[in-house]
Amino acid sequence: MLFKKGSINKLNQAGLGLRFGAIAGLLFLHIPLLLIILYAFTTEDKSYQFPPPGYTLKWFEVVLNRQDIWNAVGLSMRIAIISTFVAIILGTLAAGALYKKSFFGKSSITILIILPIALPGIITGISLRSTFGVMGIPFSTWTIIIGHATFCMVVVYNNVVARLRRTSPNLIQASMDLGANNLQTFFYVILPNMGTAILAGGMLAFALSFDEVIVTTFTAGQQTTLPIWMFSELIRPRQRPITNVVAVFIMFITFIPIVFASYMASKTSESEGSTK
Amino acid sequence: MNNFLDSFSNFAFRNKNFIFLSFLIIPLLWLGVVYLGSLLIFLGHSFFHLDGFTGQIVYEFSFKTLLELFSSPANIDILIRTVVLAACVTIGSAIIGFPIAYYMAKFTSPKVKIFLFIAIMLPLWSSYLVRVYSWKLILAKEGIINWFFEKLNLEWLLDSILSTPVIGGPSLSISYIGMFLVFTYIWLPFMILPIQASLERVPNSLINASHDLGANKRQTFYKVILPLALPGVIAGSIFTFSLTLGDYIIPYIIGTSKFFIGQAVYTHQGTAGNIPLAAAFSLVPILVMVIYIYCAKRMGAFDAL
Amino acid sequence: MLKALNLENINKSYGSIQALRDINLTISDGEFFSLLGPSGSGKTTCLKVIAGFEAPDEGSVVIFDQEVTNIPPFKRQVNTVFQDYALFPHMNVRQNVGYSLKVQKLKGPSIEKSIDEILEIVNLTGYDFRKPSELSGGQRQRVALARALVNKPKILLLDEPLGALDLKLREKMQIELKNIQRQFKITFIYVTHDQQEALSMSDRIAVFNDGKIEQVDTPANIYSKPINSFVADFIGTTSIFDKVSAMNLFNLDSAFSVRPENVLIFDKEKDLIGINKNEYFIANGTVIDCQFQGSHLKITFSTDANSKLSAFKSLEGNINQIYDVNSKHLIAWKRSDITILNE
Repeated sequence: MLFKKGSINKLNQAGLGLRFGAIAGLLFLHIPLLLIILYAFTTEDKSYQFPPPGYTLKWFEVVLNRQDIWNAVGLSMRIAIISTFVAIILGTLAAGALYKKSFFGKSSITILIILPIALPGIITGISLRSTFGVMGIPFSTWTIIIGHATFCMVVVYNNVVARLRRTSPNLIQASMDLGANNLQTFFYVILPNMGTAILAGGMLAFALSFDEVIVTTFTAGQQTTLPIWMFSELIRPRQRPITNVVAVFIMFITFIPIVFASYMASKTSESEGSTK
Repeated sequence: MNNFLDSFSNFAFRNKNFIFLSFLIIPLLWLGVVYLGSLLIFLGHSFFHLDGFTGQIVYEFSFKTLLELFSSPANIDILIRTVVLAACVTIGSAIIGFPIAYYMAKFTSPKVKIFLFIAIMLPLWSSYLVRVYSWKLILAKEGIINWFFEKLNLEWLLDSILSTPVIGGPSLSISYIGMFLVFTYIWLPFMILPIQASLERVPNSLINASHDLGANKRQTFYKVILPLALPGVIAGSIFTFSLTLGDYIIPYIIGTSKFFIGQAVYTHQGTAGNIPLAAAFSLVPILVMVIYIYCAKRMGAFDAL
Repeated sequence: MLKALNLENINKSYGSIQALRDINLTISDGEFFSLLGPSGSGKTTCLKVIAGFEAPDEGSVVIFDQEVTNIPPFKRQVNTVFQDYALFPHMNVRQNVGYSLKVQKLKGPSIEKSIDEILEIVNLTGYDFRKPSELSGGQRQRVALARALVNKPKILLLDEPLGALDLKLREKMQIELKNIQRQFKITFIYVTHDQQEALSMSDRIAVFNDGKIEQVDTPANIYSKPINSFVADFIGTTSIFDKVSAMNLFNLDSAFSVRPENVLIFDKEKDLIGINKNEYFIANGTVIDCQFQGSHLKITFSTDANSKLSAFKSLEGNINQIYDVNSKHLIAWKRSDITILNE
């Protein structure tokens, strides 16, 4: 009676301040990304003038014809694909071993897996660099891959462990109960169930590797990956319009795996939530 | 062949430790030998020191380098500057991130939630360099922020912010305030996700119970929601704090000429060839984080991860 | 009679917890046998040992005269219906049901025919291509059943298969399960904590408590002749008089139990005239609770020796009867209706 009409509903609705705060935060996260796209079309090539004085597509054409950039793209792709592959194997194995069993030293191993991504990249980078130096291993694509696989492993591990924990342990028992041996159980039950988690983890690992710069800087020697090219442009901008286009390119190439992986992650957690 | 597989399966089924070990051995060797080995060798260098005359590393156990780190005022300046900045960035991202996390956790339909989740994940995973670069565009003298203040005839406001000592500078892209903005922007998603996860776990019935017992929205927020979200905030702050401590690229691109820990490590190992001092500098963020995580653990922050 | 299963001296412990203690059990071919007990009593562990998911620390498992103690689950002709059904989420109904045929590398139209047949038996024809996530709880239960039966196992193990279903559906599935068992003529070993379910479906029941089997018998005997106070208390409603109160009230030298349907209630001393006092135990009771239960009232009394006793009073004829709390009555039951309990 003393309630104003509708005030009960209001308890379960976001207040104006909260909505404003949330929207402002989201804009803060996304406007910079949108600006990058805008700048790729500017006609201004000497400064970062806003608003752009005019719009053109010609920088895309210029980039298309730049062999050095394509070489960098190719190298980054190769590194990202191989690192992802290695990370998938290592991360999945680790997840399979660690998801259930508890034993002495387990938490140390878990920390060890997280460490490469939790420690500042520069520490990981320099450590690997000095080890390569001491061992007399020359810097090559493979030294970069060793570095990348080390910190990409945790992404795959996290995704697979999360899925394993949500999967009924009875599934494996059910499969064996119905006459399947270990190998059959692995291929018919475990792998298909883990498939999307491994895929999602792998995609994030790819995105992570493709645009990593810090560890790469220390393990690369003379090679120029796309992020390294970009970094040198950031320090000494010489070809602003081309950098703009490359930035857009990097953004989009990581865009697809990220959206896919996050969609998978939120989708499975949602369907899990509704059945339980 | 089939028989062999079956008996292997049988063996493996009865000897679960065998499977377990064969799974663990490769990742463990990789991380334990390749990674941890390298890490310890590098960090161990902090107990060696550089010979002042020859410029060669003296492989003798001593605390000379560590003493040098903590006795030189220039080095202490670097340490304090970095920790203060990391703290500011952490507080900034908690303030900006909380409303998004709260809105996402408690006021959205499942469809909108997936959309928002992706909207947070996208900047989290997309290229760090590109995102730093976008702020170079934004903070530039001829960029969007200056344009915005000009349009509103508020240039005097921007100028007075920039002329404030310490946080100001000749332009936004060469000032602490600019660095603060970029760091906050880059690490913000790491703050949002744990807060959201911890709020997600607060059952709605708890909020209803608070209303039922006579608390209004404001009281419910401060007495119920905020305390329960605190572990999430702390978990998020671990990321924002540690990532800021070790970064050297943002201070390099956006910052002033004054060094931060990451840059000090970079310079000492590179041009100066002083690996012991670089290793000693690297120990600082690790130590700070160990202490921080230990405290956070005692407050239950890890349940929100 | 052919022995389907023989467990001999099975012991199993997890760390310091002894899950099974000296289990000896023989189950005949074609029996519907229930393992009944509270949660944590060892009945599910026992099932896992039979299925082969857990190896016993000691003892042997013999299925149809074949020693299988060290044979893995995929070599045993025993299939399981899991409590959470454990349906493969990435496979549709047909693929789930056909899984055991597929892993045996069976080929040809006979596979499809067996799947069709079994789906018809469990009433799932037409749901062939649904995913488990698109089925209701009852339907998932049927898929799990069909999947376990399609390979015609010698023994079917069911681990609380109806636990997740609501009461109505559970009662319906109880009848269907019993029908399927008659149709297939195979041994069912059924784990449950629901005594009503065990009593209504089983040929015989083993009552588990704390890793031991307390009693193995037919439902009627388990109900009417419980061997000790645990079984008496666990099965149905019963009132137990311990040794002390039995001695004080009735000068009887052992604990005993009595079922509520055997208890008579009298208002006054003179109402007792009709009964032979030598054949009955008679006590004073004060009503402490009276519940309406549809066909009857359940009345709880406290007696002189601080024991509690429940009685059922049929509502035939007068549906509005009621016993006021704190009113005093005489309660009586035949000496022959009590069960002497060995502590």
